Amino acid sequence: MIQPEERLIAALAALILDPAAPVARHIAVGAASPIPAAASWLVKLSGHDVRLSLLHLQRGNPFTEGTRELFDLAGQGRIDLFFLGGGQIDGQANLNLIGTGEWPGTGARFPGSFGSAFMYLMTPRTILFREEHSPRVLVPKVAHISAAGVSPPGVFRRGTAQALVTGRCVFRFDGARFHLASLHPGETADSVRAATGFAYTEPAGVPQTPDPPPDQLALLRGPVRARMQATYPAFCARVWGDSVA
Amino acid sequence: MAFVALADLAARVPDGALLAIPPDNSLTPAAFARALVRRGVRGLRLLGVPVSGYVCDLLIGAGCVASLQTSAASIGETGLAPRFARALAAGTLQVTDATCPAIHTMLQAAEKGVPFMPLRGVLGSDLVPHRPDWKVVENPFAAGDPILLVPALSPEVAAFHAVCADDDGNVYVGRRRELATIAHASRRTLVTVERHYPGNLLEDEAMAAGTISGVYVDAIALAPRGAAPSGLLDEYAADAAHLAEYARAARSDEGFAAYLAQYVTLAEAVA
Repeated sequence: MIQPEERLIAALAALILDPAAPVARHIAVGAASPIPAAASWLVKLSGHDVRLSLLHLQRGNPFTEGTRELFDLAGQGRIDLFFLGGGQIDGQANLNLIGTGEWPGTGARFPGSFGSAFMYLMTPRTILFREEHSPRVLVPKVAHISAAGVSPPGVFRRGTAQALVTGRCVFRFDGARFHLASLHPGETADSVRAATGFAYTEPAGVPQTPDPPPDQLALLRGPVRARMQATYPAFCARVWGDSVA
Repeated sequence: MAFVALADLAARVPDGALLAIPPDNSLTPAAFARALVRRGVRGLRLLGVPVSGYVCDLLIGAGCVASLQTSAASIGETGLAPRFARALAAGTLQVTDATCPAIHTMLQAAEKGVPFMPLRGVLGSDLVPHRPDWKVVENPFAAGDPILLVPALSPEVAAFHAVCADDDGNVYVGRRRELATIAHASRRTLVTVERHYPGNLLEDEAMAAGTISGVYVDAIALAPRGAAPSGLLDEYAADAAHLAEYARAARSDEGFAAYLAQYVTLAEAVA
């Protein structure tokens, strides 16, 4: 049986390899991001020539100056693709990691902006990922902007969101608005619309998000899992059970 | 440099100090923070470099903290830092939000001795209007290119937990060389270590690359497993079960008080 997380990992991997996007030769993955990390490993272990810099690797961490070095790399444009999420995400791909209510989050407080305010503008490609797909997360307008999805002319930025992957579907972002690209099993155009607070376009006959083929599943359950185990033991146990395949 | 007792190291942090702390995965000074709680320090102004985790949450919960500047407050895979959230909601903690590279850049300006540095990105974020100390200017070298300036920031005290220290006060942080920036930028640096290093770290080429010179270090105390429940390089891994236990306990005032009694005020009273 295919786990929902495995389908999300495969969907992210397909976006990383999107032939229409500039090639990602160097992918960085931030804190507490098991599904983006697994997708990046899946791409690499499928034989693609890509360098992964995983911020939270306990042994063999690629950075010798911690996150300071990560941000310096991104500032120079030497990271091609990064993943971001948000407590709230709106239809202009603005991200809110601050909270709701008055600044700095007197309603619900989110963890904080991390490096999003910088990385979103400095990285040519960002894939947004948020498992919870509900009207409280995908809102018409975020309460506070941690990182802006769109910048006015004259503001230096290398790129913005390529896509948003949720627990229900994949949206593509064209630089101005989202388009529904595929539905995960069990979802319909109606169910996604009901769960989405922002406006987006929707083609007639939305395709289903493909299942990972057997060779991808084998990679995920063996080599990918092996590389995830030390950093994300709880995630690995939940998705793949207690024993290494 | 003779080592001091952990309690004496904690006594060197005055009430109200601006104290820089690295987060859970970057040599966080956990045993030192527990000693600060036992010392009863008050009114700390914490700086999470560049985010904050277990240590800051513990200090906030124990009533040691007046304000926190950070780019995020979270604990491992468990998510939001509970005492931070509680204090923010209760209005007992003044929170200044930042973004990670801005905190690094403010410290880098301080270590260079310049009053400010530019930083790309950030424009369009609501952080900018909420940070009157940050300014957006036109790039003086290219027209039509707005860019953020952030001021130099010199913490009064920096504290972290390193692997070892020698008699000259040099401390070994391995690949976590971002700690050097914190030490360079801060007026005083207090360090706990797993053990004493016999000899001089800077005379060993391999060790020297991961060593912070004693020039920047004011006092050192021994604290075996002093980063726990966080991990320390290849010395020991994070104790995920303990961090989860903390995150659960700290959701309630009673749970947090019980945690303090079990792991902080009683357990290490002899340390």
